[in-house]
Amino acid sequence: MGTKHESYWRQVWRQFQRDKLAVVGLIFVLSLFLVAFAAPWIARYSPTAYDLNAILLSPSMHHWLGTDAQGRDVFARMVFGTRVSLSVGFVAVVLYVAIGIFLGALAGYFGGWVDMVISRMIEVMICFPTFFLILTVLAFVGPSLYNIMVVIGLTSWPGIARLVRGEFFKLRGQDFVLASRVIGAGSLRIIFRHILPNGLAPVLVSSTFGVASAILVESGLSFLGFGVQPPTPSWGEILSQSRDFMDIAWWLAIFPGAAIFLTVTAYNLVGEGLRDAIDPRLKI
Amino acid sequence: MGVYLFKRLLLIIPTFLGITLITFLIIQMAPGSPVSLKIQQMGGEGIRTETVSKAVIEQTKKLYGLDQPIHVQYLQWIKRLATFNFGDSYKDHRPVLTKIREALPVTLLLNFISIFLIYLISIPLGIFSALKSRTLLDQAVTVILFILYSLPSFWVAMILIIYLGGGEYLNLFPVAGISSQGVGELTRWGQFGNVLWHLVLPIIVLTYGGFAFLARLSRAQLLEVIRQDYIRTARAKGLSESAVILKHALRNSLIPLITLSGTLLPAMIGGSVVVEQIFSIPGMGKLGFEAVLSRDYPTVMAIAAIEALLTLVGILVSDLMYVWVDPRISFEGM
Repeated sequence: MGTKHESYWRQVWRQFQRDKLAVVGLIFVLSLFLVAFAAPWIARYSPTAYDLNAILLSPSMHHWLGTDAQGRDVFARMVFGTRVSLSVGFVAVVLYVAIGIFLGALAGYFGGWVDMVISRMIEVMICFPTFFLILTVLAFVGPSLYNIMVVIGLTSWPGIARLVRGEFFKLRGQDFVLASRVIGAGSLRIIFRHILPNGLAPVLVSSTFGVASAILVESGLSFLGFGVQPPTPSWGEILSQSRDFMDIAWWLAIFPGAAIFLTVTAYNLVGEGLRDAIDPRLKI
Repeated sequence: MGVYLFKRLLLIIPTFLGITLITFLIIQMAPGSPVSLKIQQMGGEGIRTETVSKAVIEQTKKLYGLDQPIHVQYLQWIKRLATFNFGDSYKDHRPVLTKIREALPVTLLLNFISIFLIYLISIPLGIFSALKSRTLLDQAVTVILFILYSLPSFWVAMILIIYLGGGEYLNLFPVAGISSQGVGELTRWGQFGNVLWHLVLPIIVLTYGGFAFLARLSRAQLLEVIRQDYIRTARAKGLSESAVILKHALRNSLIPLITLSGTLLPAMIGGSVVVEQIFSIPGMGKLGFEAVLSRDYPTVMAIAAIEALLTLVGILVSDLMYVWVDPRISFEGM
């Protein structure tokens, strides 16, 4: 069982490598993580230090991406902003994937009234427009990096739950599940050791796309001034600053927007590559 | 069909109760509530009650009866929801419901036009792309759709304003509000045109993402269906290619796209927060966001609840459409 499982993921990896765009996306994402870790060494200026002699300078040898209205180095702010986007994307998605797997597995495995209750929970959550729900909760608890991650995590699980529920419905009647039940395996063991590993592939694909949309949500919140609070830099916040200087400081609008776009694209490329690698039938 | 309808309608009740419960949970987090005090005692960094004025805390306590036993609070909240009595706005002391009545039609107009355009463009494009699968044209369309799909809407909105809205370059479209000053003096058609002209940029921003998503989906759907056995059968019995595609393949590939329409609306209303804010459109998104900014809790809660109920209706409608277009679907499949 163990070796077969390993070879499956190796197969997926081999398929994934054939998709050059997906590999480019993966490399981009990995180097972003590197940038986030090494931010203090990459940035040549402090991301928060004001310099009133260097207000709204256009990109130059000294300030590669220019400076903002407080004279802060945009390159340094962009580099440090990587941390916010990546950590929100990662933590929020891990949180909601965990919730989604748990509820979806219960619903799909037990069926009956358990499924009935969890399906209602899913339907209730789907009824709320996610972005406004997140804003609403943040209105009550106040915006902060920690709150944003938790709130995105607590509101975005229905998609994964539905997916896992469907996978469990498909898999629970199969022979290997019956076999382990005959041997006397308990429900928990069957759910987590036997069914879940077989249904994990689509969850992985969906989470990769999920990271992309969590990053979009975070930057949207920061753009509206409801994200990470100053002076912490984030891409959405730099972009939102640029609204007042659109005519005179194009660099404030172009660079953070491009960073968000490229990061989201990279995650989406990885997601597409994974999807095609996992289910070659979908390869078009 | 009749039994299905009955059961489906019955299921609204638990979902409605769920919506009341979630919104009630959110209210429990209001500054000054026992829950928020508890979290603060535990050292939670999130709730910073000191940033909220005493007056707001007192008003909120009174409005939702936060000092009463929890079941009394909940019954009060259900009563408010059932009678649509959401209280008065903290900001201008007008009834919240009146404010929503003014804002909702604007958002619905914006989103219905957008959804209509999304379906109008994306399905033919998806079909076209699927039929020309693997040609250069298909690849070009795929790349463009992929890029559109990943573009952050607020960035696109800003760039459109800079380049087309009189920022630095062209001044083709107005960028604020939904009509010009003095629009009342125009003829009926003139007013209509004026509003449309104001909606061009917001609608571009609202549509391109969903349009890319749906076009990609309809392409994938059609390609999936074309591989099915019954399509091979249809071809084998000598039907013309157009009959195979239009009569057999298309109808089956459209089914999942129809159910999407129910979930598209809430996603778009959520998305219109950003768009309405950027373009100063007086709809639900702007109203909601401004209420969030000023901690106008009655307005925030009313919007959250009303949008959830609207979506509930939207999902119901799309479920019914699903059964209507696909007789194979039964209640057991849910």
